[in-house]
Amino acid sequence: MFSRDRWDEILEALNANKFRTFLTAFGVAWGIFILVVLLALTNGLKNGVTADFGDFATNSMFMWTQGTSKPYKGLPKGRYFNYKIDDVEAIKSTVPNIKYVSPRNQLGGYNGANNVVRGTKTGAFEIYGDYPEYIKQQPMDILQGRFISYSDIESKRKICVIGTGVERGLYDKGEEILGTYIKINGVNFLVVGTFKMSNSQGDGEQDASTIYIPFTTFGQAFNRGDSVGWMAITAEDGTSITSLKQQVFDVMKSRHKIHPDDDRAIGHFDLSEQFERVNGLFSILTIVGYFVGALVLMSGIIGISNIMLIVVKERTKEIGVRRALGASPWMIKSQILQESLILTILSGMVGISFGALLIWFLNYLLDMSGGPVENFANPSVGMQVVFVALIILVVSGVLAGLIPANSATKMKPVDALRIE
Amino acid sequence: MIQIKDLHKSYHMGSNSLHVLKGINFDVKQGELVSIMGSSGSGKSTLLNILGMLDEADEGQYILDNVPIKNLNEKIAAKYRNQFLGFIFQSFNLINYKSALDNVSMPLYYKGVKRKERTEKAMHYLEKVGLADWSHHLPSELSGGQKQRVAIARALASDPKVLLADEPTGALDTKTSYEVMELIQGINDDGKTILVVTHEPDIAQMTKRIVNLKDGLIIDDSPVQQVRASLHV
Repeated sequence: MFSRDRWDEILEALNANKFRTFLTAFGVAWGIFILVVLLALTNGLKNGVTADFGDFATNSMFMWTQGTSKPYKGLPKGRYFNYKIDDVEAIKSTVPNIKYVSPRNQLGGYNGANNVVRGTKTGAFEIYGDYPEYIKQQPMDILQGRFISYSDIESKRKICVIGTGVERGLYDKGEEILGTYIKINGVNFLVVGTFKMSNSQGDGEQDASTIYIPFTTFGQAFNRGDSVGWMAITAEDGTSITSLKQQVFDVMKSRHKIHPDDDRAIGHFDLSEQFERVNGLFSILTIVGYFVGALVLMSGIIGISNIMLIVVKERTKEIGVRRALGASPWMIKSQILQESLILTILSGMVGISFGALLIWFLNYLLDMSGGPVENFANPSVGMQVVFVALIILVVSGVLAGLIPANSATKMKPVDALRIE
Repeated sequence: MIQIKDLHKSYHMGSNSLHVLKGINFDVKQGELVSIMGSSGSGKSTLLNILGMLDEADEGQYILDNVPIKNLNEKIAAKYRNQFLGFIFQSFNLINYKSALDNVSMPLYYKGVKRKERTEKAMHYLEKVGLADWSHHLPSELSGGQKQRVAIARALASDPKVLLADEPTGALDTKTSYEVMELIQGINDDGKTILVVTHEPDIAQMTKRIVNLKDGLIIDDSPVQQVRASLHV
């Protein structure tokens, strides 16, 4: 179909009126450019916003206790209670498809007083009692040493893992950190590791000023016993935590003598739900991007169709001559179709290239600007978008050529030849 | 070569109908050089268009090289035109963005001839009309006479059975007209059947037979003593 002669014919025809060809091509290039850039910007916005979720396993929820709001089994309303360490095992054993349950306790925190001392240096840091699983829910890079282990939990070792902010506050530059002791609320802890959050957006300072110690040690050292402050619960991949959380609540309610309808006793934050909501929003934005881009592209396509109609009109006589010389209607039609197709695809390629160039430039600017830009990161489109755009181009190129191609052969050759 | 029997053609414009050809009968033998004359409106162009399968008759029989031409769809008509006929137009009808060579090779392209062979053949016919040196010129760079010679080369390119020339000298001055007629006579001398539509008596005198049309009927059909165009050049 695409012999060299055909190519020559098509290029000759397109070359015959360069300026017009350029203007027509511009319409399509512009359309596909807008499509690609819109999708890239949507993607950038999505990347920026989802980065706010950090690396925390998104199929998770946090669960804490609040006062009961209903009397139950002789107990009054407004009663406060604590989760116990046994609850963790109870959840794991009764609710299926739960991947991790990390009980947590916290000391210090926002605007807290100085609570950690090393020699003459002091600082106010957040201290968390955690289980080893926690690092799987909240990925972090261990810079030196190790994270908490199960033998730490069992032996209630007084060890800690400190963030880079703690390191800066309590140590001189270049000082050996592992094996030293820091005093948390008057209790000495051996530093066994340092960490940095793998990916933190905005909360970097807070994350860095964090100290992790074994959960059991925390209970003993700071008089929490087997109480649990709150839990971070992650479901297995493929099962939404949102679908499991009611079961978890029911287990907790029965274990803590809470009225089954008392929904205020257990507080929770469903990260998965929030994440889904944001994801849903961006799915819609992507659809809008495609829609708007396709509409802009469509005006370009109509432009091509229009110009091909004019070309056909202008070349009515030429088409008549060609038919007198023995061109069959299909030969004429397919040439018009191919002209339109090639014009569309070529100009589409140019549009995609310019889109890619702009995206590259945006990324370059983002890199240059140094720190992260609020809610915007790494605008990009995948190959599948380019692929889809190409399919749109091919289909629309054919569509754009159909009407002109038909009108080219509608006239009888004798009438076409008579036109001056 | 050509046999026509009782050919009728009317044009309908709204409620008016115009009977252009009212029963044409004539035969053309292999190697004839026939001119069809008549005033405008006599039906000579319509006849030529029907002969050229650019238009279809309402009634009657048309046999070209023993092939009955009727009920053609466009695809077959295109094939027959390519195979049997070469057209020469009054206004040359060269494609203005193609070189002389490409114009001449176009019928061969539609015939499906390979590129190399096509170029060779086209060059051969350009030589024949004396324009080999102009093969890469665009039509806009050629004079009227040269354009018509390119058009003749194009008509010859697919080696058709019959050449149909519609006022081939209508847009040319007398001298150039005679040059073109000399070329046509030369081609006829080689045995090609040629039909020329004209309203110029001196051009008609250069053919071998004059068919006179008036109001859609042949009023006269007689052989003439051919005047060689070379005598006038």
